[in-house]
Amino acid sequence: MFLRSLSGAAIFIASVVGANAADISGAGATFPFPLYAKWAETYKKDTGNGLNYQAIGSGGGIKAIQAKTVTFGASDIPQTAEIQAKSGLVQWPMVMGGIVAVVNIDGVKSGDLVIDGQTLADIYLGKITSWDDAALKKLNPDAKLPSAPIKVVHRADGSGTSFNFTNYLDKVSPEWHDKVGASQSPEWPIGVGAKGNDGVSGTVGQTKGAIGYVEYAYAKQQKLIYTDMVNKDGKKVEPTVAAFQSAASNAKWSEANGYYEVLTDEPGAESWPLTAATFILMYKEPVDKAASAEALKFFDWAFASGGKIAEDLDYIPMPAAVVTQIKATWASQIKTK
Amino acid sequence: MADVTLNAATGKSLSIEEQRLSAINSFRFADRTFHNITFAAALFVLILLGSIIVSLIVGALPAIEKFGFGFLYSERWSVNKEIFGALSPIYGTVMTSLIAMLIAVPVSLGIAIFLTELCPMPLRRPIGIAIELLAGIPSIIYGIWGFFTLTPIFGQTLLTASLILAIMVLPFVTAISRDVFLTVPQVLREAAFGVGCMTWEVARSIVLPYTRVGVVGGVMLGLGRALGETMAVTFVIGNAHTIAGSIFEPATTISATIANEFQESDGIYRAALLELGLLLFVITFIVLAVARIMLLRLERKAGA
Repeated sequence: MFLRSLSGAAIFIASVVGANAADISGAGATFPFPLYAKWAETYKKDTGNGLNYQAIGSGGGIKAIQAKTVTFGASDIPQTAEIQAKSGLVQWPMVMGGIVAVVNIDGVKSGDLVIDGQTLADIYLGKITSWDDAALKKLNPDAKLPSAPIKVVHRADGSGTSFNFTNYLDKVSPEWHDKVGASQSPEWPIGVGAKGNDGVSGTVGQTKGAIGYVEYAYAKQQKLIYTDMVNKDGKKVEPTVAAFQSAASNAKWSEANGYYEVLTDEPGAESWPLTAATFILMYKEPVDKAASAEALKFFDWAFASGGKIAEDLDYIPMPAAVVTQIKATWASQIKTK
Repeated sequence: MADVTLNAATGKSLSIEEQRLSAINSFRFADRTFHNITFAAALFVLILLGSIIVSLIVGALPAIEKFGFGFLYSERWSVNKEIFGALSPIYGTVMTSLIAMLIAVPVSLGIAIFLTELCPMPLRRPIGIAIELLAGIPSIIYGIWGFFTLTPIFGQTLLTASLILAIMVLPFVTAISRDVFLTVPQVLREAAFGVGCMTWEVARSIVLPYTRVGVVGGVMLGLGRALGETMAVTFVIGNAHTIAGSIFEPATTISATIANEFQESDGIYRAALLELGLLLFVITFIVLAVARIMLLRLERKAGA
């Protein structure tokens, strides 16, 4: 009787474990998470192989791949070629997208407000504290701005989205450059911290008078109110795929050493100033070669068939020339045999 | 009625004397085994506690060496420049727990007194069950509920976190207080009523003094929970590494800081977080020690 139940339990456990053996494991940025989740779902339908992606933030993703607990790490923070060489990692850009500023003000709809880099920096420095401040009124003469306090929301965890956001503020505001700088975990002067892009969306959605920054797919999915921005050329732009494309076209991937490129504040009349690329990190000589081979098959599939899904979610797929370059990098650098 | 049994191994028959001896031996063996197993279980607890303390200290050593005592009173928390200070998490932990207890203890004692003295009989069981259910709700559910109902009203501040903690601590203190109040001998209560005391005076002068040991124990249990609470707090406290003057500003606690930042930490950053964990351990230990001393004093005063 006991032996029977024991063998029954063993078979059950084996079947459960066996079913998950093909799952590719990855962890990292919340920036591309809506896209990776959709890709994983479609990939599973097409090939039967699953992807297990933990959206723990770029910082967490880098730590996870360094600890070798996952097959690939995902991060919006590009690693320099030196760091890649030192840690034995290979990095490539997977997809690009835009970061938008989201607000929660009664009577204001998406696209009603325009904000520029300097004003955004001043808000996050705590210099502009009320929605009816002169600087905001100057940018938005027709909008009905209440005299309510601005509740600043930022990321509490190590975030690639924060890195790109502060990188932009660093470029456009000398005061931000002096006081805070660009980082994945900056010393925010003021504001409330939330975990993940989803945490910031949730908090801004719940708090009247809040402002935050999230990847565009989150703003669209959570139906948050986003603002337009003034770009490097001084033109007002809306966060559209065309605007992200215009910024992304400035990237010189073929010349970038180790694919290190930051796409904030790019020139171009149509360019969205808060565009960012998100990267994948994998080992040159992985411990589990079979798992790495499976992961590369997934990324290959994503480059080949995932473009439409990406565009539906307002991400920008990598241009074909860059994809060819990336595949050459895989072939020459990642040992999967 | 056999007074002779066969020894299975040798096939020889045993006398009553040998039967008794073998029975005693097997009892002794069973007793020894039971003693050893329970002793091992108790020892396991001590070893576990010791290993937790040792691993925390070993992990925190780089940060202890780098920051020394300055860690305890420095407010600056900079990941980039690798300068860390524990003052704002410690402040947040202590303040949220203190305010939570200030709100929860009077309310809990009130509920317990109501349940034992004033409540109509048909309501007693439903309310008691409701309290126990409240105690069983996982803390992350409290965090989510607080996020959706309390943060729109109060914002993500120290006050909101204290309110959530108060609601979480309430069932524990109430349940223990109620159980302890029920142990007061009915004769004492009736004697008090007999000399003309009102219900309030009976509660204050008879019930509470009689049960102070249990009530203090319950309060300390609640405080221990409040100090270590992580997920409920991290949703509603705002995670700001600053000490604001007012409770209507965001703050952070030790557990919320560790929960948010541990995964991506490394090197001195991780050591600093482990040192925060060690500090929480020390704070909880101090609170429990103070509770024990208080109880000892109370008992000595009462001549117990």
